[in-house]
Amino acid sequence: MKRLLPFFASAAAFVTLPATAQSVAIVNARLVIGDGSAPIDGGTVVIRDGRVVAAGAQVAVPQGVQTVDAGGHYVTPGIVAGFTRLGIVEVDGVDATNDSGASTSPFHAAIDVAPAVNPRTSAVILNRAEGITRAIVAPDNRGSIFAGQGAVIDLGADADAVTRPRAFQFMEYGESGAGASGGSRPAAIAAFRNALAQARLYARSPTGYADQGKDALLTRADAEALQPVIAGKVPLLIHVERASDILVLLDLKREMPALKLVLVGVSEGWMVASQLAAAHVPVIASALNDLPASFEQLAATQSNVGRMKLAGVLVGLGMIGDNDARQARNEKQYAGNLVALTRMPGASGLDWNAAFAAISSAPAEAIGMGGEIGSLRPGRRGDVVIWSNDPLELDAAALAVWIDGVKQPLDTRQRMLRDRYMQPQEGSLPKAYQR
Amino acid sequence: MTPTRVLALAGAMMLAGCADDGARPESASAAPAKGPAPGMGKGYSHDPYPSTYHPYPGVPTLVTNVTIFDGEGGQIDRGSALFADGKIVAIGQTLAAPPGATVIDGTGKVLTPGIIDIHSHLGDYPSPGVPANSDGNEATGPVTADVWAEHSVWPQDPGFSRALANGGVTTLEILPGSANLMGGRSVVVKNVYARTEQGMKFPGAPYGLKMACGENPKRVYGAKNREPSTRMGNIAVDRATWARAVEYKRKWDKYETDGGEPPARDIAMDTLRGVLAGEILVQNHCYRADEMAIVMDMAKEFGYHVSAFHHAVEAYKIADLLKANGTCAAVWADWWGFKMEAYDAISENLALLQNAGACAMIHSDDENGIQRLNQEVAKALAAGRRAGIQISDATAWEWLTINPARALGIADKTGSLKPGKMADLVLWNGNPFSVYSRPEKVWIDGALLYDANDPTRRPVSDFELGQPGAGDVK
Repeated sequence: MKRLLPFFASAAAFVTLPATAQSVAIVNARLVIGDGSAPIDGGTVVIRDGRVVAAGAQVAVPQGVQTVDAGGHYVTPGIVAGFTRLGIVEVDGVDATNDSGASTSPFHAAIDVAPAVNPRTSAVILNRAEGITRAIVAPDNRGSIFAGQGAVIDLGADADAVTRPRAFQFMEYGESGAGASGGSRPAAIAAFRNALAQARLYARSPTGYADQGKDALLTRADAEALQPVIAGKVPLLIHVERASDILVLLDLKREMPALKLVLVGVSEGWMVASQLAAAHVPVIASALNDLPASFEQLAATQSNVGRMKLAGVLVGLGMIGDNDARQARNEKQYAGNLVALTRMPGASGLDWNAAFAAISSAPAEAIGMGGEIGSLRPGRRGDVVIWSNDPLELDAAALAVWIDGVKQPLDTRQRMLRDRYMQPQEGSLPKAYQR
Repeated sequence: MTPTRVLALAGAMMLAGCADDGARPESASAAPAKGPAPGMGKGYSHDPYPSTYHPYPGVPTLVTNVTIFDGEGGQIDRGSALFADGKIVAIGQTLAAPPGATVIDGTGKVLTPGIIDIHSHLGDYPSPGVPANSDGNEATGPVTADVWAEHSVWPQDPGFSRALANGGVTTLEILPGSANLMGGRSVVVKNVYARTEQGMKFPGAPYGLKMACGENPKRVYGAKNREPSTRMGNIAVDRATWARAVEYKRKWDKYETDGGEPPARDIAMDTLRGVLAGEILVQNHCYRADEMAIVMDMAKEFGYHVSAFHHAVEAYKIADLLKANGTCAAVWADWWGFKMEAYDAISENLALLQNAGACAMIHSDDENGIQRLNQEVAKALAAGRRAGIQISDATAWEWLTINPARALGIADKTGSLKPGKMADLVLWNGNPFSVYSRPEKVWIDGALLYDANDPTRRPVSDFELGQPGAGDVK
């Protein structure tokens, strides 16, 4: 890593840093608030000091505020990528660039992804250019059900990417959790119960909690990291797929009501949708899983999200095990597919407004950040995108992106490659001179 | 135009446009004009696991008032298509319904040839993805030209039904994985469930040889501390193997011409001899432009032809070379960056290839992606148009059907809606380049095998029978 420092120092000189948050009013918009309400034609959104102050049909533009005419195009909150590894991986297959998991670390719950987040990761730049403005970033578990503490980040072109560090703890249950616990689901539950018991011990006497080192079942650091979980101060995100496993977790929630559970993946959620709704447990779901990819997903169907929503479950979309480091941009396509299901006999999908909310306000609300991000309701961060057309359509492009009220650059390395090879043949000099 | 002439024309276009060198399978029974040579017919069967696929019954069907992408760049608005006896009869503006034909009003809908995925692992990496059924990579040696993917294909993979119902896929090539330089033979199947793999096998489709460049073989065998552990090692092992194959072919050709003692049989070399004879088509996993250029030279060195590069994420950098070599590129729309050799992937790849006149197509390599290949093309098409490359919807449909058919050597049979071809069709409930559209009906050889409005036309594999969610919408 030391060798990289001078490179970054010199590279920084060439990076055009965005201006600080400005006030802007976007008018003449097909305005999508992102809370599940219908688009408003002729709408206006006003951003001041990085926050939304007003959005709607009858919104006056304050004096002295720069006005952008959206020309009737869709204007929406930026997409909130529901479950990703954005910003912590450059190339998945190049270990040195992949900070998603640490297979030989003695620490698990204590791992905090925030320091790993690099806003200059190619995937951050590319997804920003496609209208993704925030992401829920989770570590990957290794050798424990606990993966560590995830962060909520922005995708802005500045050095300060972390919106909320240690925003949640992430845990694996089901087949993956069993595998990390010695080989069975009961062992995973035992590990979970033990960890929480140890964490409560720590809570009673932090100084008396013997740090038992590498042989301990829960290190002091891990016990400390679980404090906000047992106190219900941060959500506990748990990856689970099978219907019976979901019910086990809902039982644990009943037993430990302080836990703020959020379930992730949840391919068989439709089979227990009423229980999920009754327990008020939000879900960040895989949008389109429809294969029995494992024995815990036998009942997977693309109608899962629609059925859960119909039952009253709060459902956002995430990229669980699905190119999570780089393809959050596809959440728009996934949401569009859920709309397509509304035209299919026997299927359940989402109407357009709900589908958009599933990639904006719903994931934000699922982790308790609906007051900060995910919609254009007053007070939220000024994350706004102007689109060429319906953002869920396959040919849509982000025309302009603001994050925290700052207009963002949308150039990418991919765009430069495209331009270099518009004609594949070399010209008067090699391609290396063409930039 | 008679069906025969259409077929001849399609054949000529195949030669002009794409990778297939037009060679028909040479079989032991393909006798020369002057009577069999002494060794001919005394060697080995080239088709020991023959297709037992048979088309299911259909009814003469006329679709009217429908937008048609014919698969070869043509579009007819408010047109009609007639198929009967498993074959396309005619497409045109207005056609008369023969007596007894089912007439479907296609207003607001789009009719296309069935989608062909040239790169799939359905059946050899099936769902559920348990080790017991993971049969795609014989990763025990860098050259396993002796293995045949069809001997791994599990015809009960639930993925076939999703590819049909959600993806409109009617034909697919199932390949061995990419751990090896020469991973074995691929097989082309029709997307019709059968009790046996032979029951799915596309009649008369040439075999493929799966080859791989780049990171995978050198990583897998480098980790075992054996050759290849570098890209130069990859090519060295390839060349040594091709040199043996040339010798093997020479011996067998001599025997079949002159008679005498038959040479020793080598199952791996049978496949490579088939490649050198033009009977088997090379399907080459290769990401990087520089490696593709080396492979094309290697093919010339030993006298074979690469039908298509798969996962060709840098094909756009050498679109002119691919065109000059008559080699196709099969690509994703937007997969990128997951490994080093995918770092330079761009969404405009297909459009840049098309712009240069090269043969391009989409592929999935994925049990989920195969359900949305039309959407993948839509994204790539939009990226190309934003770059200023004008490509019509109907031309882009070539990336989904006729181009993969050409690269598989089956363009005379399927891949476009030309009279006499297999009646492999999808009726979409809207523009298939919209995210809001889905297949409404899928016919294969004229048989209605999926109908969104009829739950009894929703296949359920043996594996899913009786399981939670069996027969559900998926």
